This record gives sequence, structure tokens and C-alpha cells, in this order.
Amino acid sequence: MGREASTIPRLRNRESWEGDTTVEVIAADGVCFAYGTERVLDDVGMHVDAGEFVALVGPNGSGKSTLVRILVGLLTPDAGTVLVFGETPRRLTDRARLGYVPQRSQLVGALPATVTELVSAGRLARRGWWRRPGRDDRAAVDAAIDAVALGDLRRRPIRELSGGQQQRVLIAKALAAEPELLVLDEPIAGVDAESQRLFRDALVHVVRERGGAVVLVSHELGAVAEDLDRVVVLKRRVLFDGPPADLAATGVSLGIHQEDLPLWLETLT
Amino acid sequence: MNLPLPYPFDRDYMQLALVAGLVVALCAPLIGTFLVEKQLSLLGDGLGHLAFAGVAVGLLLAVSPLWAALVVTVVGALALEYLRSRGQGSGDLVLALFFYGGIAAGAVLASRATAVGQSVNVLPYLFGSILTVTPGDVWLIVALGAVIVTSIAIAGRALFAVVVDEEAARVSGLPVVMLNGLLVTLAAVTIVAATQVVGTLLVAALMVLPVASGRLVARSFRTTIVAAVCVGLFSVIVGLAIARIWALAPGGVIVLVSAAVFLVTVLATGIRRSNMANLLAGPGH
Repeated sequence: MGREASTIPRLRNRESWEGDTTVEVIAADGVCFAYGTERVLDDVGMHVDAGEFVALVGPNGSGKSTLVRILVGLLTPDAGTVLVFGETPRRLTDRARLGYVPQRSQLVGALPATVTELVSAGRLARRGWWRRPGRDDRAAVDAAIDAVALGDLRRRPIRELSGGQQQRVLIAKALAAEPELLVLDEPIAGVDAESQRLFRDALVHVVRERGGAVVLVSHELGAVAEDLDRVVVLKRRVLFDGPPADLAATGVSLGIHQEDLPLWLETLT
Repeated sequence: MNLPLPYPFDRDYMQLALVAGLVVALCAPLIGTFLVEKQLSLLGDGLGHLAFAGVAVGLLLAVSPLWAALVVTVVGALALEYLRSRGQGSGDLVLALFFYGGIAAGAVLASRATAVGQSVNVLPYLFGSILTVTPGDVWLIVALGAVIVTSIAIAGRALFAVVVDEEAARVSGLPVVMLNGLLVTLAAVTIVAATQVVGTLLVAALMVLPVASGRLVARSFRTTIVAAVCVGLFSVIVGLAIARIWALAPGGVIVLVSAAVFLVTVLATGIRRSNMANLLAGPGH
């Protein structure tokens, strides 16, 4: 296949088909980035519309996390332009519109904090860090916890939860600010099947019920394969950007796992 | 100050010591909880050594050692946080720089103060002199304590968000650099407030040991703070009483009581978990 991102017709979201009211959430073009002399991103383009569920895949060291960190404003690209909601990520006016779930920190698992306390920390982006939480804030936190199916465990200490449950807490934390774009970096690595299913439900909730956009970096797409609007394959450059059906037509399974990636990339390049 | 308190808190100097100690016992675990969860447990030690250098500056310049320590420790804390956040060396290397630099600067400056004819006795600052605090010292400690408690009441939730995940906090628009600076500044203020209670060498113990006990029994961040503060208050009250009754060094006794509480908590929670495991396993196991 081996098509450049710019030559691939992008799948527009469901709303845009109906009303042609596409709202571009991410617009990244010609993005380059190097750590010292090692270039990890080379002329990368990526566009995401509201209501789209996009998976970003690639082998280790392919630049996925670097691209994600550029999209959320933690890194500045060496070249190219990145706009999130029409603004550069670092100067985003309303940062609560952007939710970010980084790779899981070991520290979180050891914290003496309850599910509600941790999820409430995510609400600060919406209400202002110096303000006391109000009724709306508590309702949003409860809704976020329910969205990841942890309602029964809201008073449970984080350290008593499984790895999959802890991961869902971090997703709830991001959801608590009611973001319009949710970016998740390897959120389901090593998570059990039941947690993966509940994790999938939470992301579908963001996309289908709230019209938000989701960018998911993962080696394991099996749980969400049927819900994806697009898959972007990255290996320093964008190797593929299109709907899962196009990918499936090449004979590639969407139940992608880390060990299958080299074979998969050979098919694409 | 002459409150109708029973022995061993019946004397004025003991009541001044008690007020100063309780304020420190409230503030040190309050700040310490955030430091411990940020894996910066030794920060207090580094700042304690800097405070000693600040005390020596005060002695050399013949100004209030506590005010000099406050300036030096706050400036040093912000420099330390700057180096840590910029990744200039690993965290423990930066701390080591401040440990040894602070104590060496303190020793040199104190010797210089002696050479120019100042009356220098650094031991009260190294190991505390809570029984000699004046009403003026107590007012200063109470004022510093009020600043610390008010700051945490306003910024505590945001500091917790930074503790949970600094990168996610930055992405969500929290002023992470300012909040980290605030935390180390509050830690520096706590260190200075506690200098006369337990001394610069032991001050960090009151920021860490009560928290270590609290997190063993608590099930939330809020109750961890409450439990840690309770352990701190208990340590000061019991430590002062023991020091008065047996004429021991109060700073050291306070820290030893705090360590003993931790030991008992470890044993108690270990036994409780063991009993729970036996209970769950049922009879015959």
C-alpha cells in the first residue's frame, strides 16, 4: 500500500457526512522532530475531525509518543505546523478541551488516594485550580467514574485496584474535564480482557455520545478495532492513513499486537 | 504565656515550646505528604542543611539567624527546583550538592563569624532549642505556619494534581512550574519554622516519619494528611513531656517518638493484615 498521508482521502466523521460541518480538531502538517541528530519524525501529517476515533500505531521507536507529545504541547516540533482547535498546542486558550492520558506511571499505583480523589484532580482544568469544587464539578467527576464502570469502587484506594482498573481511573480523570479531544498514549498495555472491553466502552462514549475526538496510541487494537474511524501507521513517516476497511482489504488483521507489527509493516511498505 | 496546664506543661517555657512545637507538627507533615508522594522525601534534609548555612550567615552579619535562614533556604529551594525541573543532573545528585554545600558553607561561615568576634553557638540550630524559644520566636513560627496552612488550603488540590501526574497537569493548563516552586518554598518556610523545634539536622524527620505512618493506615490522600498531622502532634506532645520528665534533648526525643510510632504502626498493620489473611483462609489453614 505505502501511501503518503497527504494522498490518502480521509474518512470524514458521521456528522460531516450528514451536514458537512466538519470541525477540524487536529491539523498537523510537515512535522519534523529529532532527538539530537536522530530524526524520529519526518514530514508527518495528521488531521483529526470532531467525532473521529483514530488509532496511531507503529513499532517501538517509530515516533508515536513523540508525535502525541507534540500534539498536546509537551514538545515543540523542529519544523511543520500543528494546530489543535485552530491554535498552537502550547498556546491553547481553553486547555480543558484537551484531555491527555500519558503512559501509565508506576507512581499512581502507589498513591494513597481514592478513585474519586484522583478523578477530581482532572476536573481542575475545567473549573480553575484555585476554586473549590461545586455541585457541577462533583456531578462531572461522578459521571466520569461511571463512564469507566468504576462506580462501585469510587471510594476504593487506587493501590487496591488492578492495573486495568487503575488505567480506567486515569481515563476517568481525563474525562472529568469533559474534553473535546482525548489523546491516550499506550493506555491498555498489559491490561486484562475485561478491562479492555470497559476501556473500549469509555472511548466509544466520548466519540459517539459526546461528539469528541479520540487519538489512541496502542499496540493492541483488538478491543477497539470495530469502532475505529481511521488507523494511522507511523514509522518516522506516515505509512498509512485511512479507514480500517481499507487496511483490512490488504489482508492485515486489525487485532494487531506488538509481535505482528514487523510483518504488518512489510505489507504496507 | 501562663496557661493552667498540668505538669509537665505547667511552666511558661514549656507552654511556649508546646505552641511552637504544635505549629510545626501541623505544618511539617502537611508539606511532607506532598514531598513524599512526589518521591522527594530527602528534599527536607537538603533544605535543612541550607538553613544551617543561612543561620551562619545571620550569625556572621549579626542579624536574626532565623530571618537569614528563611532568605537563604527559600532562594536555595527555588534554585534546587530549577535545577531539578531542567534535568540538570539526577534528583539525588542535585540534593547531594545542596546537602554538602549547605553544611560546608555553614561551617565556614560560622568559623568566620567566630574569627570576627561574634558569639557563635551553632548547636541549638543543629539540634533545636525548643525550650529557649521566646514569645517573639513563637509569633514568627505561628505567622509562618499560617502562611503554610493558607497556601495549602488554596493550592492543595492543584498540588495533588501535580503529584499525580506532572505531564498531564501541564497539558491541562495547570501552572506546574509555579506550583512546584510554591511547594519547595513552603517546604523551606517549614524548615525554618522547625529549626528551633528539632534543629536543621532533624527537621526533615518531622516531614517524613509522620507521613510514613499515616500512609500505612489511611485509605485516601486526605486521611493520609490528617493521620500524618495527628502523628506529628502526638510526637511533639509526648516528646516534650518525656524530655521534661527525664531531662533529655527535646528535638531528638520528638523525632524518636515519631520513629517509634512508625515502628508500632508497621507492626500493627502487619499483624492486622496477617490476621485478615488467616481469617480469609479460614480454619485449618
